[in-house]
Amino acid sequence: MRARTLRAWSWVHKWSSLVSTAFLLMLCVTGLPLVFTHEIEHVLLSEPWRPAHPVGPKLNLDQVLETALARKPGEVPAFMSFDEDRPVVNVTSIEPGGKAGVYSFQPIDQTSGDAAPLVAGHPIMEFLLQLHTDMFLGLPGMLFLGAMGLLLIAAVVSGVVLYAPFMRRLPFGAVRSGKQARTRWLDYHNLLGAVTVAWVLVVGATGVVNTLATPIIDYWKNTALKELTQAYDAPAPLGQRSSLQAAVDRAKTALPGMTLQFVAFPGSSYSTDHHYAVFFHGDTPLTAHLTTPALIDARTGQLAAVAPTPWYVKALSLSQPLHFGDYGGLGLKMVWALLDIATIVILGSGLYLWLAKRKRAQ
Amino acid sequence: MKSSGHHLTLWQVFRVPIGVATLSVFGLLAALLGDGVWDEVGAGALACSIAVLVWALAARRR
Repeated sequence: MRARTLRAWSWVHKWSSLVSTAFLLMLCVTGLPLVFTHEIEHVLLSEPWRPAHPVGPKLNLDQVLETALARKPGEVPAFMSFDEDRPVVNVTSIEPGGKAGVYSFQPIDQTSGDAAPLVAGHPIMEFLLQLHTDMFLGLPGMLFLGAMGLLLIAAVVSGVVLYAPFMRRLPFGAVRSGKQARTRWLDYHNLLGAVTVAWVLVVGATGVVNTLATPIIDYWKNTALKELTQAYDAPAPLGQRSSLQAAVDRAKTALPGMTLQFVAFPGSSYSTDHHYAVFFHGDTPLTAHLTTPALIDARTGQLAAVAPTPWYVKALSLSQPLHFGDYGGLGLKMVWALLDIATIVILGSGLYLWLAKRKRAQ
Repeated sequence: MKSSGHHLTLWQVFRVPIGVATLSVFGLLAALLGDGVWDEVGAGALACSIAVLVWALAARRR
């Protein structure tokens, strides 16, 4: 490699790393417990609970919704989701015009309407997740972290290019532990980088895609779902909506064989102002991550459309498991954690190497 | 790119990292696309990166 080319790549590696390191360290440190969110919340939140009437009839979804909203006067429903292993319906509601990211989450016993204990969403994990997602800054924070992810990709690519000239005289994995600290840490940095490169690129790139969730969903709503909304000018008001239970039943007949995942209410981020968007997922390992919504006109209760999501929404859906590492059991999560720790060492050693070089130059 | 008295070719430099990267990507996808035993196979393939790291630290430190 010509000296000038080498210097250019070296410049890219130095600056892409320096600008992003502090944020990447924050992401790695918060990401480590987040990998085990399910396990941690199981410990923090587990309390014995059984439904009030295990064999009795269940409330219909309209009754559940009414019960939930009665406990949060003035709020409007945003989402409804369904626990898989207990008869509990979760209602997420928000204050109209309220701050982004502020919402009420109520798990409700479908056999009685009583509040059920939380099994997810512990405040500590929610705090870490929010810090990891947008640093409490909303969309600008998300997009900023996405930019840091792009810098990470630049740092990895330039790191791979620089690896070759450094390793031309050394066998793979050599650590010159007898030499000075700077040489030793350079060897550790190279070795750790060489074995983690694919995982870091996948987690980095899918993380960047996840930061684009809001624009991706907005684009989908403004293009593919646009024509469904043209019949109306004003959003469907709360008092004039057709039965939610009937809407979900209608959606189920439109997508037989699929599993109900959640309902997005009119005006929420995953629906239009005029429809219940009833989301289903498939049953194979791959399609379990992919959702298809049936849109039910919230005024008339008629099926407006089954809207298979376009490729960019599918890409977003698949980026989530590949970023979180929560799709292959505890074994995969353990490897995820080890690779995350390796990444922390790479970031730390990179910072050290830069500081040591600067000190020497002075 | 000219090699002037270097010991290793590009292939020699990159063959282990390429092997580890290939296994890692295979592991990530196997666990995503398969269920049951594929989850373990995927985790195992991805864990090869850690195994190579441990091997290098044990065998290549001098």
